[in-house]
Amino acid sequence: MDQITFIFDVMLPAFSNGLLMTLSLIAISAPIGFILGVTIACGRVYGGKGLSWVMKLYTIFFRGCPLLLLLFILYFGLPSVGIVFTPFVASVLGFILCNSAYNSEYVRGSIISVKEGQLIAAKALGMTKNQAIINIVLPQALRRSIPGISNEFIYLIKYSSLAYMITLVELTGASKLIATKYFAYNETFFAVALVYLALVTVTTFGANALEKKYAVPG
Amino acid sequence: MTEEKYILRIENIKKSFGTNEVLTGVSINVKKGETICFIGPSGTGKSTLLRCINQLTIPDSGKIFLNDEEVTHAGPRINYFRQKIGMVFQNFFLFDHLTAVRNVEIALLKVKKMNPKEAREKAMYELKQVGMANWADHYPAELSGGQAQRVSIARALAMDPEIMLFDEPTSALDPELTREVLEVMKKLVIDGMTMLVVTHEMGFACSVANKICFMEHGQIKEQGSPTELLNNPEFERCKAFIGEFREYSQ
Repeated sequence: MDQITFIFDVMLPAFSNGLLMTLSLIAISAPIGFILGVTIACGRVYGGKGLSWVMKLYTIFFRGCPLLLLLFILYFGLPSVGIVFTPFVASVLGFILCNSAYNSEYVRGSIISVKEGQLIAAKALGMTKNQAIINIVLPQALRRSIPGISNEFIYLIKYSSLAYMITLVELTGASKLIATKYFAYNETFFAVALVYLALVTVTTFGANALEKKYAVPG
Repeated sequence: MTEEKYILRIENIKKSFGTNEVLTGVSINVKKGETICFIGPSGTGKSTLLRCINQLTIPDSGKIFLNDEEVTHAGPRINYFRQKIGMVFQNFFLFDHLTAVRNVEIALLKVKKMNPKEAREKAMYELKQVGMANWADHYPAELSGGQAQRVSIARALAMDPEIMLFDEPTSALDPELTREVLEVMKKLVIDGMTMLVVTHEMGFACSVANKICFMEHGQIKEQGSPTELLNNPEFERCKAFIGEFREYSQ
């Protein structure tokens, strides 16, 4: 088989299926991980003692547990207590738990950095605490979280390859399969690395554009 | 009940932070349209008193009434009272991520639930009143201190408050910017707004206040009209405080 046939008849179809799987993993995990991260951050900063502690434990646990181990527990461990997930669901769950724990810390840091006076002024105008948080504090905090959250998004693109370890054939898995089948390790892995690089580059530009769009003077 | 009708009644307000007694029993009644200035050395509870009025600081004891309705212990209804009590802060506290006009309209939209067109018109009207209409699309970071403070006054006025609290509104400003803010405040006095002003601007206090309260050690030590207080204060500390001011201004 010559190189051209290998690239177009073997690599391309395998990669596009794998890429589709990787993108589906990200498309579901990232938004939920983001929303959950913001919720956890708010719970930690504004929640009562109890809620704040629960959120803190969540962060400690899911930041402290290696993601691969978390995936193993979700996919291989939980069936023994009667909870069975498909590889896809287990992966998405693992990514969400990990992603949200990290995001919550970025957002919490930004919330704390918003000056106290902003909340005081909002309250003085008659806003409830929730109105003040949603309309005044979070818009400022989230702007400051863009670099952190996009950083975490880039991690997610790459650690989505761990899904392969629980039998889900995503981009890395697909490349591994054809690499071993055709003994074409270098070409395949180098090509797949370029695909990841492209994804990360697009994300970087997207994050920069977002930052610019919502930039505020001062 | 008192015979006279008061818009705001403050009854024996006490507040401590830890072992530090900041307010040791402050009572004062305010009539509609009155301007009352609070003067006195720093750390005597003037700002805390203002913050107690709209419950940004919850007093340990004492009661506050707005139009005979109790503001203290109001629960969630405090947000209704806070709309009636406008507040202006020393450091403006404009919302950093919003332009001047958005700063003024946000509470109209979110608290008063006005429709966007009405809210924008109202916000522009208030900005015009403080001479900031041309700066409507600028962010707080692009405004001078005096401009920012005028926007913050417009923001408070947009809620159609019944009284306005000013917490050292010019202390962060240089003399020129101070003047432009005081001009706006004088206009409010003339328009009949009820105002409580914590200030170190003796000139302003003397020219517009109906009553000046000298505070020290968490209490109102002496109160009276500007002429009474300036010309024959019986209280030694107050005499000294104002005396220093007169020395420098002569």
